[in-house]
Amino acid sequence: MTALTMPAQPRQDASLRPVPWRRMAWVTWRQHRLTVAGLVAVLGAASVYLYITGEQLRHQGFVSYGAGPVLSLTAVLFQLIPPLIGAFVGAPALARELEAGTFRFTWTQGFGRARWTVATLAPLALAVTVAAGAFGFLFSWCYGPQIDGKYVLSPLAATTFDLREVAFAAWTLVAFAIGAVAGVLIRRVVPAMFATLVAWSGLAVVTGAFLRRHYEAPLVTSNPNLPNGAWIMSQRWTRGGKPVSLSTVNQVLQKIGATEAAPGHFAQNPAFGQSSARASASTPGNASPAQYLLHHGITQLATYQPASRFWPFQWIEGGWLLALSLLLIAATVWLVRRRAA
Amino acid sequence: MNVIEASGLGKRYGSTWALRECTLAIPDGHVVALVGPNGVGKTTLLNLAVGLTAPTVGTVTVLGGTLAGSAAALDGIAFVAQDTPLYKYLSVADMLHLTGNLNRRFDQGYAKARLGELGIPLTRKAGKLSGGQQAQLALTLALGRRPRLLVLDEPMASLDPLARHDFMATVMTAVADDGVSVVLSSHVLAELERVADYFVLLSRGRVQVAGEVDDLLASHRVLTGPAAEADSCAERLCVVHARRGEALAHLLVRTNGSTDPVPPGWESHPVSLEELTLAYLREPGAASLPGPVRAGALPLETGEPTEVSQ
Repeated sequence: MTALTMPAQPRQDASLRPVPWRRMAWVTWRQHRLTVAGLVAVLGAASVYLYITGEQLRHQGFVSYGAGPVLSLTAVLFQLIPPLIGAFVGAPALARELEAGTFRFTWTQGFGRARWTVATLAPLALAVTVAAGAFGFLFSWCYGPQIDGKYVLSPLAATTFDLREVAFAAWTLVAFAIGAVAGVLIRRVVPAMFATLVAWSGLAVVTGAFLRRHYEAPLVTSNPNLPNGAWIMSQRWTRGGKPVSLSTVNQVLQKIGATEAAPGHFAQNPAFGQSSARASASTPGNASPAQYLLHHGITQLATYQPASRFWPFQWIEGGWLLALSLLLIAATVWLVRRRAA
Repeated sequence: MNVIEASGLGKRYGSTWALRECTLAIPDGHVVALVGPNGVGKTTLLNLAVGLTAPTVGTVTVLGGTLAGSAAALDGIAFVAQDTPLYKYLSVADMLHLTGNLNRRFDQGYAKARLGELGIPLTRKAGKLSGGQQAQLALTLALGRRPRLLVLDEPMASLDPLARHDFMATVMTAVADDGVSVVLSSHVLAELERVADYFVLLSRGRVQVAGEVDDLLASHRVLTGPAAEADSCAERLCVVHARRGEALAHLLVRTNGSTDPVPPGWESHPVSLEELTLAYLREPGAASLPGPVRAGALPLETGEPTEVSQ
């Protein structure tokens, strides 16, 4: 098919149609099929684990399962998937060409290097995004009932929020895009991989610590019983609308022998012979430190994001990460176009 | 038509100029040797011509006025880079298929026949081929595209003499069969002398000598005579380079055809391309370029060699 029967004189080619895009399909597949196989293997193994765990959780019931530590550990492991995809799929995509010098071969073929870059990056970006989205979906199937229920975690908490459907796909895509642009800028595979890991981690930490909480204005409540799954930003004591310092609170609490150990958490003085109590716990009783403080006009204001904002937050995060990814991939193509050999 | 035409072309990497004020016109239908010492800007010039690099200043066009690096230019030019980069993990057959997919036309039949003649198995990984076989594969991939211009950057630098001979035989067969124009660079002149019929000498990032080999050889002579008369002789002639011994002086001179009389007491010898190259490299101020060179104008393709500077 590709053996064209051309006349001996190509000089007569008057109209120059570009090489069709579909011709790159085989090229991209042939060059990256090992990478795709690795991606499928890693995500496949993790998916099998999720499937088995999900079945077990459904069998045993979510409450009885010791989900806290187990979920945290697997969550940490799964958090590594996007940066590793960025480092092993995104970074080598172009850096390998530049490091091995094969770009001198590929970029001087008739296809054109800007189109070649698009035709290389776009299918890979799509593949990692779809695979990650499927994985995020499976993660939600496995742990979702537990997270969204009233048990352990807020669905908005950083440990699992970015492992869920939209966010996980978007974080994987942005890792790939960071890898691609790092590969063009650094032009060497291993340094580009490290740069990808560092840049992605930085972005993830900044987002988790500072950005995500501002997607929508947080709610404020003085009700000590926060709704289930609320993601608490901060808690502070007030009296008559004015903030009250911790020492004042502790001064009041001294009378019943309690101290505030952490925001919302009280430590009981052993002399009073009581175990510690949680301020937010709804356990009635006159000796509850929270109740006692309320009697003294001190209320606790909690700033939080309700669990119902899970999907808006997923789409907000997915949206801006998608925009950033497209920007980075466009920058990569632009760099390939203009970069000097 | 000029296969490569540069005007005031310059390329700067950081603060160093790899190539500057390069003005040249390489006519169609030649095997062009681009010669110069290491680091003189040969690779830069070729990278500019095939569109891998954008010029810092000036312009470069190919194939009769097409902008270098444009779709039409990429379509008509096949480039074999230094050290013939190939995907080492791909089989020879996959490399053929890949090249076929990346180009509007690719003559698989020709490529397979050539590789068969060379005894290169299609199933072997490109990285497992010998250096000579890799170079032949890269060349076959380039020629299979049926280019109008074949650009080879130091194609034989890493090849043994036999592989060099085979490589050039393939190139010359393509020239004879398809009339493809060839530009090849090298810092080893000897391997080009047999095949090139057009000669471009690049020196310190500029074109110092350009012209058809036959014209250049016909218009230069070595005069040997008494050293004492060398100065008076040099005044009347266009001396490119003078080498003086105790008794004898050797003057490499440029003549206007064979009309210049040989001074009495002097002997005239024809010059070899290598002697000519060395003479010009030793005298960076001398130049031999086709046509009258005016500031800001392209040299004409035809015309008698004229003196530019001395």
